[in-house]
Amino acid sequence: MSIISIMMFGFITQFRKLKSGIAGVTILFFLIGLSLYAAAAVPLESFKQWSNPNYWIKYPKAAMPSWINIFTPMKEPEHLILRNPAITKGLDEGIITIKHSYKFDFNYDFFPSDFMINYAVQYGSTPPLVDVELSRPDGESFAIISSSLPSPQGEHYVFRDTIFSTENEIQDNLRNYRNSYSYDVDVTRPQVMLFSAKDKPDVLKGTYTLILTFSFFDKNDKVLNSEFILGGKVYGLLGTDELRHDLSIGILWGTPVALFIGLTVAIVSTFIGLFYGLIAAYKGKRTEPTMMTIVQIIINIPVLFILIILAITIGRSLFLIVGFFILFGWVGMALISRSMGLQIKSYAYVEAAKLMGESDIRIIFRHIIPQLLPFAFATIALSVPAAILGESGLSFIGLGDPAIPTWGVILHDAQSANAAARGMWWWILPPGIMIGITSVSFVLISRALESIVNPKMKKI
Amino acid sequence: MVENIIIANPIVSPKMGFKRLLATRLLRMFITLCAVLVITIALLGTTMDDILRRNVQQSVIQETSHDNKLVSHFKSQQELQNYINNQISARTHAQGLDEPWYSPKSLLSKLFKTMTLDLGNALFLTSDLGSQKVSNIILEKLPNTILLFTTSTLIITFIGLYLGAYSASRTGSSVDKFTSGSAIFSISVPTFFIGMMMIIVFAFIFPIFPSRATPVTSPSDPYYIFDLLYHMILPLVTLVLVGFGAWAYTVRYYVINIFNEDFIAAKRAQGISHRKITYSHALKNAAPPTFTAIALSLSGSLGGAFLIEIVFNWPGMGLLAFNAISVMDIPVIIGLTYVATLIFVITMFIVDLMSQYFDPRVRIG
Repeated sequence: MSIISIMMFGFITQFRKLKSGIAGVTILFFLIGLSLYAAAAVPLESFKQWSNPNYWIKYPKAAMPSWINIFTPMKEPEHLILRNPAITKGLDEGIITIKHSYKFDFNYDFFPSDFMINYAVQYGSTPPLVDVELSRPDGESFAIISSSLPSPQGEHYVFRDTIFSTENEIQDNLRNYRNSYSYDVDVTRPQVMLFSAKDKPDVLKGTYTLILTFSFFDKNDKVLNSEFILGGKVYGLLGTDELRHDLSIGILWGTPVALFIGLTVAIVSTFIGLFYGLIAAYKGKRTEPTMMTIVQIIINIPVLFILIILAITIGRSLFLIVGFFILFGWVGMALISRSMGLQIKSYAYVEAAKLMGESDIRIIFRHIIPQLLPFAFATIALSVPAAILGESGLSFIGLGDPAIPTWGVILHDAQSANAAARGMWWWILPPGIMIGITSVSFVLISRALESIVNPKMKKI
Repeated sequence: MVENIIIANPIVSPKMGFKRLLATRLLRMFITLCAVLVITIALLGTTMDDILRRNVQQSVIQETSHDNKLVSHFKSQQELQNYINNQISARTHAQGLDEPWYSPKSLLSKLFKTMTLDLGNALFLTSDLGSQKVSNIILEKLPNTILLFTTSTLIITFIGLYLGAYSASRTGSSVDKFTSGSAIFSISVPTFFIGMMMIIVFAFIFPIFPSRATPVTSPSDPYYIFDLLYHMILPLVTLVLVGFGAWAYTVRYYVINIFNEDFIAAKRAQGISHRKITYSHALKNAAPPTFTAIALSLSGSLGGAFLIEIVFNWPGMGLLAFNAISVMDIPVIIGLTYVATLIFVITMFIVDLMSQYFDPRVRIG
């Protein structure tokens, strides 16, 4: 199809001259970049486990973005999830000691909300010992926990455990240090006591080190992993929501999903509309009114309600939703392609082709469709925002695919948690802005395409 | 926008008389309504049948147990049970509930029932006055939706017409750029998102307006109307803010097209002022395609209005739909689909008639 390739070339050279088109394409490339980054750098598990609360248990609840501390005089503690400890090994009279130490800075004006230590060890015969201590910037060191693990069940027994800051043993151990404070401390809140200065009930700022010491009695025993989580009020680039989802991950995964929904719906429905309208225009006679009546009826349907019923009865998976949108999305293009088809049909060169005995299908593909393609591209670009907005609306009322993080789903969660009235802007603003800029990029592209397709508009 | 270029050709030829036009549009309205209902019944018919059958059972048992004379007439419990069972099967048969949903009798009876909003009792929801009837629940919310939707549409129409015509008469001016920007805003930003932002700004940061738009005073209170209007401000402003851009841009587009026509040049030559040409001649001639274009976007704006009700807790049909979905109250959902379709096709009908009315090629008589 050489005609099309020549036309496309002209198209691209013209397109490059238009500012709005360039802006739109730049945003689009940014979004594609985000999608690629999500696919490459973010674990796929976070996408699959979006609606599984257990996966998000380590994250803070409704935490603001961490950069908010730059603008506030009093600094809220950042939620820390530390996974890479410094590991040292020691051998003392047949006892192997492995130390996992987590060094972190704590320079905030408020105490952490809690802490949590996860670890997994593998051992054979004699149960190992675990000691946890926290060394503070003032040189003190607090032994928090000291326990022996349960007897092994089997040869390569794997033991996993989580130590919570609320555990009684921690409180018992902390009673020993009560006298070193010049004021009355509360041992039932270890997260406050451990991070308090000794002379006044304020936060002790500086560098802390949490040390996990594992003592093994067999050289085949080993530590599989460990993790230290210090509960804070701010987290990450975009904060977290009420369900502990890391919003930056949700926003990232939302990008490829939105592009997929928008582009699939727009491309498929535009081409269905294109052929439907052309067939109606080309056939004429009795076929055309019947076909166009169907179009009129679909236009008259309030789509939202039919979508609600389809989503309730047939299903809510992403692919079904895309299908529903295509079902109602093609009619606009059908109207356009019909009336343009009627015009082109009466052109002399089409008549000539007919007289030369070319088949109908060949005429449509060789002579009519190439004329309509630019319009089709502009329509595709303009249909993308409609599809993205439609999906976000459906998700917003709770009928989106529940398993997939989309921007609409995030806004739905925000609405259910009454986030707007509680002023949780970091939960609402990012998904809304992402929907907005994705739509704007396609609107700008469609405007640029339009002014190429319809030169009359360029002057305006 | 691209779509607008073509819609300017009405599908029904303008030579057609007004009466005939009215008849075809009414017929189309009816066909659309039936089509939507048949789809609804096809998808939800079996669930609906189960619910209706249960309703019949309940009402028969209730009627019989309340009628002491009838109960004393029977000698044994067994006889009474037989009587009740016979009654139930007779009524189920009479209502066509013993047949599948696609049998003509059952389908027609269901179509008729839905159209008269005779949908029996809701499963879980009740109206504010305590009624369980689907028709009462929906009719109670209907005025609120109509109030919000009509007011916002009227305001958007006024702003859109004047802003659009003004931008068209001064292309390239800052107002014109504002119109283009608002149009992009209109079609790219979800209405419900702007609603949530409005709550954050005007109810949380600056607590001027309530975040929940449900009025606090009871409807019998003489100041209820003021309370209602006060609560309506935020949702209304949101709808207008998001809606007017697309309208103004459409008007601007068609008015510019009219400006290129010869008769405008003729008027200019006659010495008629630019202002008069813009507002009385160009705007009037641009009306038919504008209305047709607007009709196409109505589905979206009605959807947007429903979503806004959810955001602001405005006691209308959108909020009702949201509540019905969350508890899966099927009779209410079917009723709402019908009423929403009805509102929608009537609005389309009005818009359509107006576009024909303004079209100088259509003879009205």
